[in-house]
Amino acid sequence: MKNKFVIRNKVLPIFLLLFSFFLFGLHTSSAQEMGIPVAAPISSAEAPAPPMNVVAKDAPNDNGHAIMVTWKLSADDGAGKNSVIAYEILRSDNPDAGFEVRGLVAAGTKQYQDKGSREREDKNYFPGQKNFYYKVRVKSDGTFSESEVSAPASAYGQWFHTGKTSIFIATVVFTFFVVMFINWARKGRKLYVRPISGIDAVDEAIGRATEMGRPILYILGLGSAGDLGTIASLTILNRVAKKTAEYQTPLLVPVADAVVLTVAQEAVKAGYYEAGRPEGYKEDSVFFVTSMQFAYVSHVNGLMLREKTATNIYMGVFYAESLLLAETGNVAGSIQISGTDQVAQIPFFVAATDYTLIGEELYAASAYLGKEPVLLGAIKAQDWGKILIMISLILGTLAASFHLDFIVNLFRIKL
Amino acid sequence: MRWQIPLLIVFLGGLFMAVQYFVPLEASERVYEYALDWIIIVGVFAMGLGLWSMFRVSVAKIQTKAPAWGFNIITLAGLFIMILLGLFSGIEEGKPFMSLFWYIYTPIQATMFALLAFYVASAAYRAFRARTLVATILLLTAVVIMLRLIPLGSISGFNQTVASWILTVPNMAAKRAIAMGIGLGGIATALKVILGIERSYMGKD
Repeated sequence: MKNKFVIRNKVLPIFLLLFSFFLFGLHTSSAQEMGIPVAAPISSAEAPAPPMNVVAKDAPNDNGHAIMVTWKLSADDGAGKNSVIAYEILRSDNPDAGFEVRGLVAAGTKQYQDKGSREREDKNYFPGQKNFYYKVRVKSDGTFSESEVSAPASAYGQWFHTGKTSIFIATVVFTFFVVMFINWARKGRKLYVRPISGIDAVDEAIGRATEMGRPILYILGLGSAGDLGTIASLTILNRVAKKTAEYQTPLLVPVADAVVLTVAQEAVKAGYYEAGRPEGYKEDSVFFVTSMQFAYVSHVNGLMLREKTATNIYMGVFYAESLLLAETGNVAGSIQISGTDQVAQIPFFVAATDYTLIGEELYAASAYLGKEPVLLGAIKAQDWGKILIMISLILGTLAASFHLDFIVNLFRIKL
Repeated sequence: MRWQIPLLIVFLGGLFMAVQYFVPLEASERVYEYALDWIIIVGVFAMGLGLWSMFRVSVAKIQTKAPAWGFNIITLAGLFIMILLGLFSGIEEGKPFMSLFWYIYTPIQATMFALLAFYVASAAYRAFRARTLVATILLLTAVVIMLRLIPLGSISGFNQTVASWILTVPNMAAKRAIAMGIGLGGIATALKVILGIERSYMGKD
């Protein structure tokens, strides 16, 4: 019995060894049949060929705390012994010693941006304007080899982000249009701008509120004073305040941002002054509620239902509260005019309010309401800007279709 | 000088913000961050004005017994209770301040948000009534888009293809057109403010 057991114990490892050879052969042959390249088994002591031509230079379009390192792949990366696993990038301020690992990239990668912090107390602080030397270590299974040390390189900040050239040109051209049309308007040249029904409705809605003897509710949204949508809304508020002052209709402006509150008070006050009725301005007509989104909604919804506001005007930056407000206003039977630059909220306003200013119409509204020729010049410039965009779109589509890459690259933005 | 100095500040501030977008220098980044810190500081000071405004309006409504003036008592009570609890018992997790926040404020907020589902239904009902040709197209489109989330057997694949086309072609085109218009309008508005053409935000004496 004992002998039999010993024989069995010897047979088992031999069987397992043969079986593993069989499986390995099966895997290799099936992989080869399927066309998958199979790594040649190598000795762990055999180092892969080192990467060549390591070049370090200042990273473009940055704040001066990064260096771009490029190299030529090891001869054993995807070819030769095909044994490369990864590349390690090492940096030192001395070409002969003190190299430390700055990054690791996978086989097949030919560049690495050594990016660091600009703060001295940060662990990853990367001093600018100081010479650094780089070398690249190619790693295989258990072994590695290193490239030659690169020439010294320093990191410098750039004065202009070349990846934003197309944005810069577009901004300059559009600014030129705005200034040109404003100057034309100043000189008395008559500018035709297309009518917008939502803006025409503002006068009608204020008239309706006056006839009904009920207040007008103006909502600036949840944006901060730094949002362009809020700035546009504040200018519209000024025009609306002027008209409510003329008609002596009460105006209610609940605000969700404390900075916006102070600007809104000034805008409404200015409207009353312009209408020649400074005594009609009540500071408490523009009041702060809360900066919390749904707490603000519940206050304004309650206000609509209690005060039975005749007209609700929603202009500015809105989020999920847009529909909660507009549907309550609809239930209260108010005429509602809305406008926002938040694309996701436009469908809700279209569905729930009577008139909607879509996107750019919000920015145009103040000029329309004021009917000041100088401000209309900016609207004319917007129309010309759109014509330019349409031309660019057609040109870009044709260039991309016919593989005219030099034209396509003119429009490319590299942030 | 009363007008010129604020206008000069707006002009220089606006010009700097526009220029710094194209200048990646560290100095440009630092000044930009410094300006953002100032916005926060101004915001903190303005919060005091906001609270004063809310307090004054609430007290006036209570004094005049305006409609639903009881809510103003609750508002002021909430304001002072939270301030006192924050000051004297701290705002760490587990303290009464946070308990009130988590167990009273958060559920109320979630309730308000949940109402959105019903408002979407009522708004959709009005929007999708097939009164005109355009409204009918809107209705049909909405049906296709909504049905893409429901398994419909053999027509599911076709419906998915149509819905995907609607979302990625006409819908995306319209959204991008609006976004481009917003971009132009934004620049025009910013220019009007920077150049001092639009100055209604400055108020009057």
